[in-house]
Amino acid sequence: MVKLPIYLDNNATTQMDERVFEAMKPYFIEYFGNAASRNHSFGWKAEEAVDWARETIARSIHADPKEIVFTSGATESDNLAIKGIAEMYASKGDHMITLTTEHKAVLDTCKALERKGHRVTYMQVSKEGFVDLDMLRDAITDKTVLVTIMHANNEIGVIQDIEAIGKLCHEKGVIFHTDSTQSVGKIPFDVQKMNVDLASISGHKIYGPKGVGALYVRKKSPRVKLASQMDGGGHERGMRSGTLNVPGIVGLAKALEICISDMASDTKRIQSMRDKMWMDFQAELDEIYINGPDPLDKPEWRLPGNLNVSFAFVEGEALMMGIKDIAVSSGSACTSASLEPSYVLKALGVGEDLAHTSIRFGIGRFNTQEECDYTVRQVVEAVRHLREMSPLYEMAKAGIDLKKIEWAAH
Amino acid sequence: MAYSEKVIDHYQHPRNVGTLDPKDANVGTGLVGAPECGDVMRLQLKINPETGVIEDAKFKTFGCGSAIASSSFATEMIKGKTVDEAYAIKNTTIVQELNLPPVKIHCSVLAEDAIKAAIEDFKKKQATVPVESMA
Repeated sequence: MVKLPIYLDNNATTQMDERVFEAMKPYFIEYFGNAASRNHSFGWKAEEAVDWARETIARSIHADPKEIVFTSGATESDNLAIKGIAEMYASKGDHMITLTTEHKAVLDTCKALERKGHRVTYMQVSKEGFVDLDMLRDAITDKTVLVTIMHANNEIGVIQDIEAIGKLCHEKGVIFHTDSTQSVGKIPFDVQKMNVDLASISGHKIYGPKGVGALYVRKKSPRVKLASQMDGGGHERGMRSGTLNVPGIVGLAKALEICISDMASDTKRIQSMRDKMWMDFQAELDEIYINGPDPLDKPEWRLPGNLNVSFAFVEGEALMMGIKDIAVSSGSACTSASLEPSYVLKALGVGEDLAHTSIRFGIGRFNTQEECDYTVRQVVEAVRHLREMSPLYEMAKAGIDLKKIEWAAH
Repeated sequence: MAYSEKVIDHYQHPRNVGTLDPKDANVGTGLVGAPECGDVMRLQLKINPETGVIEDAKFKTFGCGSAIASSSFATEMIKGKTVDEAYAIKNTTIVQELNLPPVKIHCSVLAEDAIKAAIEDFKKKQATVPVESMA
């Protein structure tokens, strides 16, 4: 019997790996020192741990340890990168480019800068979520100081060709930041090969702790400079003041180390569960649509554990209620306070009617095939139950074109 | 967000799901909401034209659990009522009965709208029905 509840929301956060927890433990009570205390063994012990973490993380992404800045998480990393560049390079230009499908940590940071007089281009994406390189090339002007484009999308799992984007940015002399929160540790990520200048990393998406992250800041060719957004004791080479979160930093590094060493086997298992889930849904149900690249056609362009499906004529929150022992998330308006369906799906051109019916499944390291099979059965049953009582399904089956009805929007 | 027990009960065991013949002169159909908004309710009432009593009610709803529960509860509540009594039902009754949170009040409003739309459809049909068939 499968153990309930089942956690299938690994794009939101992940369960911490026990190996990570074990690595962190000594740094709470035993080695509690301040890594900035240079004059006693308590401080040295903490500093040693931070040095190890910095080297481990740098090695994992092909960077230099001096290029790693510890933060409180990816939101702070995104803020520091984008605001830090905008401020530092203000005399060079006032323009930046991003995507309409970015995480709110990027979009809202850009909007904050717009209020201060910066200009931002929000580029449209294709219906699968890809950025168009020619469009990006055209959008870059001599006033552009930063391009910020995420590596992998949190909702639809689409992976951008950041190697090509980075190359283009370098040709044009523009700094390139990528929000790699969803990708680092899950798929190959190499700042040299991919021409990345700044990259945001988070602990809790990779089976590590919450409240800790990092920002990779390129030191040479080009040397990237940032205006700090947090003033204080001048930690992290002046880029981010604040006493280092030593256990968190150790956890982040350990989590990444495990992700790198287990990547091949994790990916194979997780991807096969995801693919089977998608095939099973298609075998059981009609009128379902993938959001983002089809996992079976373009597996290399989609995060291995991510599946986002619209179950037409069934509202997402109602579906989640029918599978209440399974944790997933929905692009339906009803699951958020805003009453607006997912802006990411809207950006793909998914109609609002279908956006309301979308469910995101996030499969991770600790999920089993049994859990995925149980989920498919539960979802299929709930979709059938809800379609039985869906006027839209009945009308569609009767051949009525729902688009031609004059609905009274409320 | 936790659902009230009544909402869960109506979601799991919806009352009066189904379809009545929309061409029947004694059936009023109310279709309210929009797919883009994430809620569509269709409420159908079979009304005795002589007594004005609602003899049967069926619904189908596309929407969240609270929307489904609101329409299911509405069918239960109006069966046996006269058209005038049903027309006077306020959404606040549904809110109270189902313990809907503020963010779900629009579901109850939609149910009230569906009742009114179904009754109006019935009245419109009756007005165009030849007199002899009314007898």
